[in-house]
Amino acid sequence: MIAAILQYDFLQNAFLSGMIIGVLAPLLGVFIVVRRLSLIADALSHVTLAGIAGSLYLSQTFVGLATLNPLYLGIASAVAGSLFIEKLRGVYKHFEELAIPIIMSAGLGLSAIFISLAQGFSTDLFSYLFGSVSAVSRQDLWIVVIIAVVVIAFIYLFYKELFVSSFDAEYARASGLRTKAIHMLFMVITALVIAASMRIVGILLVSSLITLPVAAAIRLAKSFKQTIVYAIVFGETAVLVGLITAFYLNLAPGGTIVVTSIMILLIAMLVKKIATKRSV
Amino acid sequence: MIKQPLIELQNISFQYDYTKVLSHLSLSINEGDFVALLGPNGSGKSTLLKIILGLLKPTTGTIHLFGEEATKFKKREWIGYVSQKANAFNGGFPATVKEVVASGLTKKLGLFKRKAHNQQTLIEEALQAVDMLPYLHRNIGELSGGQQQRVFIARALIAKPKMLILDEPTVGVDQENVAIFYDLMEKLNNEGMTVVLVTHDMTVVESAVTNIACLNGKIHYYGPKEGYEALTKEQISVWYSYSVEQEDMS
Ligand SMILES: Nc1ncnc2c1ncn2[C@@H]1O[C@H](COP(=O)(O)OP(=O)(O)OP(=O)(O)O)[C@@H](O)[C@H]1O
Ligand SMILES: [Mg+2]
Repeated sequence: MIAAILQYDFLQNAFLSGMIIGVLAPLLGVFIVVRRLSLIADALSHVTLAGIAGSLYLSQTFVGLATLNPLYLGIASAVAGSLFIEKLRGVYKHFEELAIPIIMSAGLGLSAIFISLAQGFSTDLFSYLFGSVSAVSRQDLWIVVIIAVVVIAFIYLFYKELFVSSFDAEYARASGLRTKAIHMLFMVITALVIAASMRIVGILLVSSLITLPVAAAIRLAKSFKQTIVYAIVFGETAVLVGLITAFYLNLAPGGTIVVTSIMILLIAMLVKKIATKRSV
Repeated sequence: MIKQPLIELQNISFQYDYTKVLSHLSLSINEGDFVALLGPNGSGKSTLLKIILGLLKPTTGTIHLFGEEATKFKKREWIGYVSQKANAFNGGFPATVKEVVASGLTKKLGLFKRKAHNQQTLIEEALQAVDMLPYLHRNIGELSGGQQQRVFIARALIAKPKMLILDEPTVGVDQENVAIFYDLMEKLNNEGMTVVLVTHDMTVVESAVTNIACLNGKIHYYGPKEGYEALTKEQISVWYSYSVEQEDMS
């Protein structure tokens, strides 16, 4: 395996991006879960799909755009989608979750149109839907690195603001914190992480890498910091095990990563159960 | 020395979408006061606190905090707040008591400063004050309602505010700890802290409280607690049965 990684560029790209995403997705995921935004993240990933499909269609139709990396439009539509979701949540104050089906169907609807307009990018599209070990380019890797720097800096700098506004939003507002601005930034950052993760786990499975390691971590952790550490360890394990299995068995990595995450979650639940039984 | 008014409300009216709650209310609370805000359920006590804290915008009227127009007032860390539904926080949140209390420093530290240099000491002092130090590493969700309430008081105290605003801080707290709580308020008040608390607990009158405000849509009495104790039964029943909505129709 190591030899193969050293030998092939595409494997280096996939493993390095995978390892970065294995940290990024669960790290942000902890905040997404405690802010109860898991479904919103899922909806956003579908908007990203619209951007990707649109971009693939454009590069097929216009020769000048043939080399356009679909990630750019994917990122742009995810960010636009995150801002639109906030707008919707403001309009439907008492039905905030209405934003989810609205955004989700908009994303899927547009994707369906672009996919049917274009013919013959089914393999490309498959790799965006379920991830790929072989399709990650050096450019994709760089995009992931840049997003990682932005996201980690954001969480490092705004950790205490994110913590207090996630734990008790009213208290945060009463303390004079600019919770709206923080939340807006947070949504944009979420969009970036979704776009970055998609190349490896695929659009349809991004939200599982964001939420499953966190679900397992919450079962076991005693503090918020510990939750973050566990989630990252679980996420990273799932990505590595998933990528290696995908490589050897020639499977879509999105599938193997998610299945590994589910197994980690089941083990965490079992460990928790045994631990509580013991302490009684 | 003339004491500075820390809270000045003038002609405040407020209504939720359909419910009129406050009507042309004025109130001024001075530095060093210890005020209990009394009133029946639904009389607008929590609403009034939220207006003071900037969580709700009044439909009319002006607010001054520490002598400054409220919208321009930036030193929110001078005001510590404990909300009525202390358990309205995100339940199941994986955080320890220590992390929750530390979050009370967020505004005071300001952007990009991650920690106070003596953070651990500050946390322990704040928890000690509410007698919750042994629970430092416990998960916040695993505490009883009364214990959570005391942790939230510690979160409000840690930034060493000049004024404390508490909405029914003694609900769910056992008798002995209510007494300890009033002692703590008295001590803080003696050290110069201004305290405003909403309560239904009439034993507050026996505490070190200096002023009482009777609220129901508007202020029916505001003054020293001796004056409150002299109110007649009729005056109290007028206060309790008052309705903002009817007032406006007549
Ligand atoms: N978010 C809201 N939306 C609409 N109406 C509200 C809202 N919150 C409170 N009200 C109404 O405003 C009025 C005042 O409520 P408020 O919470 O200020 O009362 P309170 O004096 O704190 O009562 P309690 O003693 O029960 O805490 C009530 O009639 C209530 O029904
Ligand atoms: Mg109330």
